[in-house]
Amino acid sequence: MTVAETPFEPKIVAFCCRHCAYAAADLAGTSRLAYPPSLNIVELPCTGRVDVLELLRTFEDGVDGLLVAGCLPGRCHYLAGNLHARQRVDYAQRWLEDIGLEGERLRMINLSAAMGAQFAELATEMAETIKSLGPSPLGTRRAAGEIPTTGCAACGDPAPLLAESAHDRGDGR
Amino acid sequence: MIVAKQKPLSELTAMLDGYRNVLAVGCGTCVTVCFAGGVKEVGILASALRMARRLDGQPMSVAETTVQRQCEAEYIAPLAEGLDEFDAILSLGCGVGVQTLAERFPDKRVLPALDTTFMGLPTEQGVWEERCQGCGHCVLDITGGICPVSRCAKQLMNGPCGGSQGGMCEVDSDTPCAWQLIWERLDRQGLADRLLEIQPPRDWSTSRDGGPRRIVRDDLRLPPPEDV
Amino acid sequence: MMDQLLAPAPAAQAPAPARRFKSGSNLERMLAASHFAVTGEIGPPKSHDADVIRKKAALLEGCVDAANITDNQTAVVRLSSIASGAILVAQGLEPVVQMTCRDRNRLAMQSDLLGAAALGIRNVLCLTGDHQSHGNHPGAKNVHDIDSIQMVRMVKEMRDEGLFQCGEEISGGGPPLLIGAAANPFADPFELRVHRLAKKVAAGADFIQTQLVFDMSRFREYMKRVVDLGLHEKVAILAGVGPLKSAGMARHMRDKVPGMVVPDGYVARMEAAVDGVAAEDKQARREAWRAEGIRICIEQIRELREMEGLRGVHIMAIEWEEAIRPIVEGAGLFPRPVPEA
Repeated sequence: MTVAETPFEPKIVAFCCRHCAYAAADLAGTSRLAYPPSLNIVELPCTGRVDVLELLRTFEDGVDGLLVAGCLPGRCHYLAGNLHARQRVDYAQRWLEDIGLEGERLRMINLSAAMGAQFAELATEMAETIKSLGPSPLGTRRAAGEIPTTGCAACGDPAPLLAESAHDRGDGR
Repeated sequence: MIVAKQKPLSELTAMLDGYRNVLAVGCGTCVTVCFAGGVKEVGILASALRMARRLDGQPMSVAETTVQRQCEAEYIAPLAEGLDEFDAILSLGCGVGVQTLAERFPDKRVLPALDTTFMGLPTEQGVWEERCQGCGHCVLDITGGICPVSRCAKQLMNGPCGGSQGGMCEVDSDTPCAWQLIWERLDRQGLADRLLEIQPPRDWSTSRDGGPRRIVRDDLRLPPPEDV
Repeated sequence: MMDQLLAPAPAAQAPAPARRFKSGSNLERMLAASHFAVTGEIGPPKSHDADVIRKKAALLEGCVDAANITDNQTAVVRLSSIASGAILVAQGLEPVVQMTCRDRNRLAMQSDLLGAAALGIRNVLCLTGDHQSHGNHPGAKNVHDIDSIQMVRMVKEMRDEGLFQCGEEISGGGPPLLIGAAANPFADPFELRVHRLAKKVAAGADFIQTQLVFDMSRFREYMKRVVDLGLHEKVAILAGVGPLKSAGMARHMRDKVPGMVVPDGYVARMEAAVDGVAAEDKQARREAWRAEGIRICIEQIRELREMEGLRGVHIMAIEWEEAIRPIVEGAGLFPRPVPEA
């Protein structure tokens, strides 16, 4: 008999807009709909807050997949934040492919606050995609022996983005 | 402003092959406002390079810093400290910035991360267009404020060539014909007859054809030390 | 003593008569004699095969007063226009050497003009040149040191004042060259086209060859403006014509070629030319199209001959030089008159 391998649980971060996807995730939870436990939700005021730099740094810090979840087109509370996010996600995907990572590791979805079921479904689908791709070949910066050279460009925190601190869960943003 | 764009990542990884510890230096002036080499672009490129090299099994450390103005020695002087630990400087400045670094740090390898492209302006958010080639003898007074040297693909001085169609250039149907613009503008201002005058051949010695150019302002130079 | 002084000087010492012709070229003499001029065009090969030029020249001989030699047309490298011109001179067909501002600076232009004149070339056509992005070396650097209007003036000052562009004297006088320039009445802005022609005339152009004329009504409007300004009296204007080879070519020129206006009527005629010809009979379709193309071209020349201000036609049948003779004959312009020397 062979020793069963630990199944790969992809590390996925979801940047969720407070007005829709974050509430949808909440709804999914209160509705007892299952979504991958390894999903690490970061609440944002709007996906328009997402920047290419943060998307790349998140991958650099070792996530296997990254979900950006914003409002339905035309329903952004700040008019076009979700549309800007879409453009940046597309741009970041091209960077990932240039770097040598699969573009599918980064995905943007659009939801309303009432779409808890869809959130659970899309998050599960994302987890399946990442499972089929396998773990990020980058590993973590720490594993790679790299010394982070800067802090979080977004907030100026001396700890790098997604270091093992409160910072990485998006608290206090 | 000087407008530049980043070189493709593959070109940069090839350029940086063999280096282990690089300092990426951005510039806070022109290339910041054209989103090619400011703080954020330095961060994105540095992160991308680190990841690409990690995937290649050749990890490289890329430190990041951005100076206010890479094209003046005073602004880059503070970089001298701690420079020894780096194998190379990767400049995200324009070609002038790269060369200012190279002149200031003669023993350091200085590599360009950008392709400096033109002097121009943003015509809308995310779109930049060329407006000046620094030819050294401005003719905008006779061409209605529209430059045929930078905006006509053939640098014509006496009106549109036969390829101007529907207001667009024969080279690229998205590019307006500079001479169509000049004509419309002068016509609107009642000055179209100025175009009938034959412009003589240009003296290109004021342009790059005269060799590297230099401007000296004696009123601004520092007095020689012996006179002080 | 007085008798001696009054006696006519020996012929050899007579003051040279004022030069009757600027270049003495056949084209110039033809225009001076008020004949309706006919020029043709030869595209040199993308090789060093002189026979290609000789064969094409043989097809034009006797049908045209002079034949243009294109200069890396559409920015594709070809055998040099001046070398081709020299081959024509040797063969007895008069060349009009085309020269673009794209490939040469003023030094190379003047040097080549002197060389051309030394080789017996007597006509030059001054052109801006198609942009290199359309050709087979899109990464090439273009020159455009001077533009076509400045070039016309430069050649005129070389010829008439014996001066290089820098003002230095040309020893032995300037090259005897008849100066041509191009005009595209179909490019934009339309209002500016006649003025650009006026600038070329003011710069010293002796003759003008226009872009292919298909849109007669626009050309008529253009020529009316030319005549209103009296430009037709200062310069000999030759209208550009060329036979359509097929309905597909007509459509392509109508839809795709910048600076070209082909009315739908011609496209329809070309399409109708193969009515009743079996689609699989490629040879018969080709012949039917070509016959119709030649017919249209002849009609156009007949119409242009009646247009005020025109002094000739420039027939462009690149890679179909066989068409020149039937066109010239059909238009009643054959045989070509021989002007006095």
